[in-house]
Amino acid sequence: MKPFVQHRGLVAPLDRPNVDTDQIIPKQFLKAILRSGLGKGLFFDWRFLASGASNPDFALNQPRYQGASILLARDNFGCGSSREHAPWALKDYGFQVIIAPSFADIFYNNCFKNGMLPLVLPADQVEELFQLVQAKPGTQLTVDLPSQTVRDDAGKSWSFEVDSFRKKCLLEGLDDIALTLRHEAEIEQYEKAHASVA
Amino acid sequence: MPKTLFEKIWQRHVVFSEPGRPSLLYIDLHLVHEVTSPQAFEALRETGRKVRRTDRTFATLDHNVPTDPRPFKILDANSAKQIDVMRENCRSFGIQLFDLDSPSQGIVHVIGPELGLTQPGKTIVCGDSHTSTHGAFGALAFGIGTSEVEHVLATQCLWQSRPQTLELRVEGTLRPGVTAKDVILYIIGRIGTGGATGYVVEYTGPVMRNLTMEQRMTVCNMSIEAGARAGMIAPDQVTVDYLRGRKHVPQGAEFEKAAADWLSLASDAGAQYDKSLVFQAEDIAPQVSWGTNPGMVVDINGRVPDPNAFSDPVERRSAEMALEYMGLKPGTPVQEIKLDRVFIGSCTNSRIEDLKAAASVVRGRHVAPTVRAMVVPGSQQVKAEAEKLGLDRIFREAGFEWRESGCSMCLGMNPDTLSPGERCASTSNRNFEGRQGKGGRTHLVSPTMAAAAAVSGHFVDIRDWDVPVATGASQ
Repeated sequence: MKPFVQHRGLVAPLDRPNVDTDQIIPKQFLKAILRSGLGKGLFFDWRFLASGASNPDFALNQPRYQGASILLARDNFGCGSSREHAPWALKDYGFQVIIAPSFADIFYNNCFKNGMLPLVLPADQVEELFQLVQAKPGTQLTVDLPSQTVRDDAGKSWSFEVDSFRKKCLLEGLDDIALTLRHEAEIEQYEKAHASVA
Repeated sequence: MPKTLFEKIWQRHVVFSEPGRPSLLYIDLHLVHEVTSPQAFEALRETGRKVRRTDRTFATLDHNVPTDPRPFKILDANSAKQIDVMRENCRSFGIQLFDLDSPSQGIVHVIGPELGLTQPGKTIVCGDSHTSTHGAFGALAFGIGTSEVEHVLATQCLWQSRPQTLELRVEGTLRPGVTAKDVILYIIGRIGTGGATGYVVEYTGPVMRNLTMEQRMTVCNMSIEAGARAGMIAPDQVTVDYLRGRKHVPQGAEFEKAAADWLSLASDAGAQYDKSLVFQAEDIAPQVSWGTNPGMVVDINGRVPDPNAFSDPVERRSAEMALEYMGLKPGTPVQEIKLDRVFIGSCTNSRIEDLKAAASVVRGRHVAPTVRAMVVPGSQQVKAEAEKLGLDRIFREAGFEWRESGCSMCLGMNPDTLSPGERCASTSNRNFEGRQGKGGRTHLVSPTMAAAAAVSGHFVDIRDWDVPVATGASQ
């Protein structure tokens, strides 16, 4: 996995709470057998009108947010289904960082497995960022994982918390399975001790 | 020191731990289905890894399978491909698959318990968020993403940060006509869809003790809709009686030994939870969801809320968007909401007791002429048992379609979907935008409420109907 250390990019706002994984990537795209190419299905029912044309009212379709790689969202982002197709689609579309006041558990976990950073800031700071992004077209942010800070170009910064183990995995781009297999002896020992458990 | 059910199971499964990082937990049972596993198997191939414990891994086909009479040719090329890939992966990695011709095929969260694979004290995972269902047995069961599916296939373990515990206690006695589905919808309505995020929930109190195993599964199933990592209920005699004699549980004296161990898992008196909330059973009425997440619910005798009643601006806008999507006006009495479709099925409510309850409502009645209604049993076993009891005949005579088992219109990955604008009373678990089909409008209800709505063509209060009512194991 590619390490994640620092990321600078254009910010796009998605101003609604409880965005569920059915919205992030609708069911018809779950029939894929590969991880790649899911960006085309990202927010499909919001991005496209029934005619198939791009929906001009949807934020991500607006010219000012083209090329965005940081998604600014509201509470409980990624709730619902466990589908990892949701982070796959966000990543394939170009997002590396998602900033929200809270995330659903499985989605949050799935992001880290794909070298993406789901970044939690308090609701009032997220609100501040929404206002900043809406007021200033072209707003870019720099997310620095080692120092756990988000900075804007005016020099304002916000600090965030992240679990130290997850941080290490992202910084080093660690493969989880390889890490686990270093504990082969402990796994074998556990299996021997619990052999009778059906 | 007294321990909770969760703490006991967690401690039994720690393979490795050190301060400041997640623990490596052993996984006793891994259930696999066709939609969230192809990329995991592909990665195993790329890295030359094997499935560590094929004896603890079981697969079924459920998410995208058509519910037409079998055998059939799957017309959707992508679904057909995904099913073929699942078959091939099970063959080449040596995993038992409950294929479409198997009498054990069904929704992954229905067949685990009915085969006795699901047992108290186990750690259970599946690439599906409704894995929380299995917590009804006093197991620690949770949904995982595909990367973790791959991890469990390769190592039979998972890195897990220890979650906090949340006790949700329901005191009192449910009123007649109020079901397990109403209890969990009511709770989610109170605590919100993020209300249990970061927690493992244990449901406690007299109401849970009086529920049957199938009813407990309905409650635990929807834990994820409140954001919980898992939901669980302590094993008791109801749990033991349900499991006795099932295919994968120990038999004879070994069973009694296992049962004694299971019963010892219940939270000790005085065990501490990180947080506890108490609800009163008598406050709970049959629930109907009005919006686009499972926390947006109201009593059957209530009205569609007015967004202006929400003080939080984010919630207000969220309610406005939900009402616009749902095509509903604030203040509309719920019982005046007319329906086009009714779906009885899903891992929440497709078990034999659900079908019996729904059949008792429709017996001798007929589906309203404006409604298309279907029943999708959760598994082939449920279907066979229902047919033995003649429930299929009751449903068919009442104008319901009687279909083959699968996830079906809960998520509409197969041909069972809503058309844009169609309004559905559904016994499933999610009313997200487009969940049952693009533009479809889903209202979550219990099986008896869905059945009565099918007959009436609009929502009705099941408590006003003269039907036999069973709310719990002891009643």
